[in-house]
Amino acid sequence: MNRLLPMKRLLIALFALLLAPVLASQLSAQDMLPPAPYAYKQLSDPEQEAKAQALMETLRCLKCQSQSIADSDAPMAGDMRHQVRTRIAAGEDPEAIRQWLIERYGDYVSYTPQVKPITWPLFAAPAVILLLAALLLRNRFRKGGKQ
Amino acid sequence: MIAELGLAVLWMAAALAVLQLVAGVLALRPEGRQLAGLVRPVAVVQGALVAVAFAALVSLFLTTDLSVKLVAENSHSMKPFIFKLAGTWGNHEGSMLLWVTIMGVAGGFVALIEKRLPENTLIATLAGQAFVSLGFYAFLLLSSNPFERLAEPAPEGAGLNPLLQDIGLAFHPPTLYVGYVGLSIAFSFAIGALVTRDVGPAFARAMRPWVLGAWIFLTLGITAGSYWAYYTLGWGGWWFWDPVENASLMPWLAATALLHSCSVLASRNALKAWTVMLGVIAFSMSMVGTFLVRSGILTSVHAFAVDPERGSFILALLAVYIGGALTLFGLRASTVTEGARFSFVSREAALVLNNVMLCGILGIVLIGTLYPLLTEAMGVKVSVGPPYFNPVSAVFAIPMMLVMGVGPLLRWRQDSLEGKGAARITLPVGICALLSAAVLLGVVLFAHHIKLLPALGLAVAAGLAPASFLPLRGRNLRRTPLPTWGMVIGHFGIAVALFGMASESAFSTEKLAAMRPGDVQQVGPWTVKLDGIGPVAGPNWTALEATVAAGYESAAPVMLHPQARTFSNPPGNRTESALKTRWNGQLYAVLGEEGDDGRWQMRFWWKPFVPMIWYGGALIALGGLLALLGRVAADIRRLVATDKIAYRRMKQGR
Amino acid sequence: MSAEAKKKPGLAIWLPLILFAGFFALVIWGLVRPADREVASAFIGKPLPAFDLPPASDDRPGLSTMVFKAGKPRLLNVFASWCVPCAVESPQLAFLASKGVEIDGVAIRDRKPDVARFLAQNGNPFARIGKDDLSQVQLAIGSSGVPETFVVDGKGVIRYQHIGDIRAEDVPMILRKLEEAGQ
Repeated sequence: MNRLLPMKRLLIALFALLLAPVLASQLSAQDMLPPAPYAYKQLSDPEQEAKAQALMETLRCLKCQSQSIADSDAPMAGDMRHQVRTRIAAGEDPEAIRQWLIERYGDYVSYTPQVKPITWPLFAAPAVILLLAALLLRNRFRKGGKQ
Repeated sequence: MIAELGLAVLWMAAALAVLQLVAGVLALRPEGRQLAGLVRPVAVVQGALVAVAFAALVSLFLTTDLSVKLVAENSHSMKPFIFKLAGTWGNHEGSMLLWVTIMGVAGGFVALIEKRLPENTLIATLAGQAFVSLGFYAFLLLSSNPFERLAEPAPEGAGLNPLLQDIGLAFHPPTLYVGYVGLSIAFSFAIGALVTRDVGPAFARAMRPWVLGAWIFLTLGITAGSYWAYYTLGWGGWWFWDPVENASLMPWLAATALLHSCSVLASRNALKAWTVMLGVIAFSMSMVGTFLVRSGILTSVHAFAVDPERGSFILALLAVYIGGALTLFGLRASTVTEGARFSFVSREAALVLNNVMLCGILGIVLIGTLYPLLTEAMGVKVSVGPPYFNPVSAVFAIPMMLVMGVGPLLRWRQDSLEGKGAARITLPVGICALLSAAVLLGVVLFAHHIKLLPALGLAVAAGLAPASFLPLRGRNLRRTPLPTWGMVIGHFGIAVALFGMASESAFSTEKLAAMRPGDVQQVGPWTVKLDGIGPVAGPNWTALEATVAAGYESAAPVMLHPQARTFSNPPGNRTESALKTRWNGQLYAVLGEEGDDGRWQMRFWWKPFVPMIWYGGALIALGGLLALLGRVAADIRRLVATDKIAYRRMKQGR
Repeated sequence: MSAEAKKKPGLAIWLPLILFAGFFALVIWGLVRPADREVASAFIGKPLPAFDLPPASDDRPGLSTMVFKAGKPRLLNVFASWCVPCAVESPQLAFLASKGVEIDGVAIRDRKPDVARFLAQNGNPFARIGKDDLSQVQLAIGSSGVPETFVVDGKGVIRYQHIGDIRAEDVPMILRKLEEAGQ
């Protein structure tokens, strides 16, 4: 019954060099209610389900803190999946659902960084890296090419 | 008794490391010349002593000596042998001891056999090695003594988290570890070379086997870790760009770049400062990874008992080693002469591009991993996940893989893709490129539901797989040197892994179903039937086990047994997924909870060609192994030849 | 490629060290910062979304948004019978209720008998208790766990969020927030 956090802990443990602190078992109380109808049930329309799945994979499970809601057994993740699937089934746009959640939980809930002034450096990073490389290599090749 | 012996030996080893450092530093000055002879033997004895200390800890764990605090906290007398053994390094103190052990033993080994380097550079290297080791000795002896006794022996050990009682996890962390520590050897070589300003092919050749060795272990560690996550987590994911995963990937990226720049330096005496820089970066990434994981700085406090004190200690070591090395680099790199130049179309240029792209990915992973921390410092919480990492790393990875197909065919220094000689390259590469284009066209025409990245992945893999064998064209296969085979197989492994990743992403089928015994579901080409659910028992767990009959198309069904396990010491749960591997993919079954209506939550995935990801990883490691064997064999031949000459001279009375 | 490309050592050669210094400063900050890993609601200052929950307890009515527009600030307590910290904070809620604070509860993923047992054991400070089986209200107000307590002003606007159980030392602060919301 108690499957609240194993996945996050697993991931940590997986690459962890230090396994000891992970062992501190965290026994959290757990509700006894069955999962929400659409927590473990796919939408019947495969196209809608694919949309929902793609969105769920990029939403953060707030209980587990480093997993998407698409791969967590936490009940709250289940409820969020239910929320996403029913909204998609009602014809809502995935990005609108993402915005709805961001409005409530902040950018933290979305694994897809939103383009905002605070994330500009993140999106500029690849260009800056390439530019830097080009700058540093420029002399090297021009001379080399003449040989 | 054994614990006290272990501690005493550890202190002695630490003292020898001090001696190794001091003697090494003094020996580099004219007035300390006579100390030069001391450094090598001290390094050897230090390695032997620390190995004894580690053996002592292993024996304490194997006998479950509960008067030792570490054993009582991390082991249990009823644990299977293999987990008792793994318990040795499955904790902070033990893993630190493993770290210094590998460093010490490797350092001793370098001292024993390395004869190519100028003696001064070697002494500087060993002194650097001792310097790095000393930090970890201090850490162990001052704040994390693994041999500490309990005043009163514990009646029984605390046991091991059930999640960790898995054979994959028992050996996965030490594998990564060996990789991390191996890079510390490369780091020491880089420091040694910077100190004596002696960066040349001999340095690259001396360093290369260690980089290769470390890289093989990192590759295996990441591959195994990814597979382990895949089958244990129960959701079929194999990589999530989690900070902890990224921490293991970054050293690998740096080591891969280092490996390639080493070969430029060894063959062409170019990229001197760059190679040294990468040697420093590769080890920095190991330390940064260790720090990120252990400090818990990027993970949830709810999930991970953070120890800021240990984190701070590692950070202090990081600052001293990396800050020091980068300062040394800034001071010395300008005096390291530039290497030979090369043309834009040449093997070197391709390798430089490889280096730039690998470092680009490394930069992206590092920035993406740290970015949430950065914005938090500004008061905003953000998440950076796969939707960022996947496309942005592809920006670097795809051009790199395209060049990978051509680079090994180019000549050193200068080549041409025009003129009469060029057909040897343009023709076969053109065919491979056509293959890629055909796959891309096929996806666009017939499978447009496949997203861009998986489609590109499939296309690149299709071209790269044959292209990676092109360097063997026109060669006598039996006389092709092992390192060339290693390169071919390693590159082919990349194509195979890429194919697996793209295929998993493009073709996976998911089926979530609430099933009663007797119910049937369709999962892609599979028909699965839940036959029943019953209890089973293992050595230290009990479980509910589902029996699932799975038939591929019209073939006779095979039985799968996914479990939900309950452990007693300490208490905990874990799902055990059941996998059925075929040549063309894997069926993945998970048993979930029982619903109110008596139906069971079952999860199934059919993942075409997903095992290729890990086969690819294994091939990459195998490529590394072949290259390593080739290099080491050549070294041994050379050593034997030198010895023969020396022997002959001696016989002639010289 | 820094030193490779240039004859005279420029800034490039020190770039790695500068970057490392930046990294170092960042993680030092990360190590010393207060360990606040909670996910705060971004919905503070915004009106409660419309909802209408059925009762979770036989002796209390259910909960709808209308209640919060009656002109007086109220507490909205997100709790569950299966949550240990929720039991721990009950004396503080009882104290607040005795001071005349109106508290409404949202029971997350709970069964009526369990809620009844919980209230019998820990007291019932709630005016109304809504039953939120699918965490819908919880998601709608940006709450990410139990217990959480929201201060809602008389117009139905969320003014403050308290994450985790209310300790005795938090009570004056909650009262102050209620007072501010009442102005």
